[in-house]
Amino acid sequence: MKTVIIKYNAGNVQSVMYALERIGASYLLTDDEAEIRSADKVIFPGVGEASTAMAYLRQRGLDKVIPSLKQPVLGTCVGMQLLCRYSEEGDTTCMGVFDVDVRRFDQKPGFKVPHMGWNNLTNLQGPLTEGLPENAYVYFVHSYCADISPETTAVCDYVRPFSAMLQKDNFYAAQFHAEISGNIGQRILENFLKL
Amino acid sequence: MLTKRIIPCLDIKDGRTVKGTNFINLRDAGDPVELGAIYAREGADELVFLDITATVDERKTLIELVRKVAHTVNIPFTVGGGISSIADVSALLNAGADKISINSSAVRNPGLVDELAQEFGSQCIVVAIDTRFVDGEHIVHTHGGRRPTELRTIAWAREIESRGAGEILLTSMDTDGTKAGFALDLTAQISGAANIPVIASGGAGSMEHFVDVFTTGKADAGLAASIFHFKEIEIPALKGYLRNKGIEVRLTD
Repeated sequence: MKTVIIKYNAGNVQSVMYALERIGASYLLTDDEAEIRSADKVIFPGVGEASTAMAYLRQRGLDKVIPSLKQPVLGTCVGMQLLCRYSEEGDTTCMGVFDVDVRRFDQKPGFKVPHMGWNNLTNLQGPLTEGLPENAYVYFVHSYCADISPETTAVCDYVRPFSAMLQKDNFYAAQFHAEISGNIGQRILENFLKL
Repeated sequence: MLTKRIIPCLDIKDGRTVKGTNFINLRDAGDPVELGAIYAREGADELVFLDITATVDERKTLIELVRKVAHTVNIPFTVGGGISSIADVSALLNAGADKISINSSAVRNPGLVDELAQEFGSQCIVVAIDTRFVDGEHIVHTHGGRRPTELRTIAWAREIESRGAGEILLTSMDTDGTKAGFALDLTAQISGAANIPVIASGGAGSMEHFVDVFTTGKADAGLAASIFHFKEIEIPALKGYLRNKGIEVRLTD
């Protein structure tokens, strides 16, 4: 099986690579269109700022490649946000795979931003959460989040309920960092690679 | 609900843990990788590795260690000690560290916080503050708490937040090593003054102390070293205790 991690200016993806190694999966880190298209599974990671990342993807034509992929694609963190319609971060038009917008957490007493740490998932749906208990804990670090939509497959509540996971056709996404979310995160990655 | 975090801290020298431990099931008591993996299995929410050496050769050993930890451990970890440049941070993040922590270098050059936050994002920049109560005021100290600075602790916390720090690791040198409890008033003041998470450190001696630091102290995370290493407090028992006291924590199977 060929798993590709899309390479772009998305910050540190080392943890994703190590997580795949821990579950015995081989991978290729690349921004080459042919390599990406021929992969069985594609992981689209992301740490960083939305508009900068999006500009980089446009420059390389990856903003057209990614939404047209037919194999299972997993977007994580900013990768998930870039698969949405629009992000308030840098007033960014994103790739629009998911019909949902990304907005900053509102200020609310007692809630620090970024949302950083372990929080629980509810309303679990879809194949990626198979075997996970309701209220499973995963590790989040983010200041922007996707609204709840019919494509939501896991909900997290911080300031307001938001989409912790999304799925539409062959596109899957997680706002949290599965790669450092203990055994729960590992199970989610394994579920994705099993698709 | 967002949980309160429990964070064991491992002091590292020449790629080995410095303080002894009571883990009889460890094949090598000085191996930070194995110890880190055990803590992760027991339900630690994050790990902090603090390198107390700084020479060039030892930095290479540290990078190699970070690589091994990242390979083995499936929870977030922070690396601190002797970090003073973008290149230092880049090397550690590329080796697999999730966050880095700076302390003296931020005091010497506060602009470093801005630079690192811009380059790598606030989410991975922890600023550690060592503080001591001197003549009625909380004063930032460096060099393991031995050297006072001109900086007042609460003002400094606000400043590093505005410069882009993602988290504050607050160590009270007054309570550190006493096992008499965390510095609750100061922790609560810092947590109230800053809108970024505060990790409280120094003084943990009992499970009740963690309850206090999360309630009265308003900390987002509690850090300790020897009480975990010597199994005076075990993480699963601590988390069960906190849960019974109504504090939201992550329980693992």
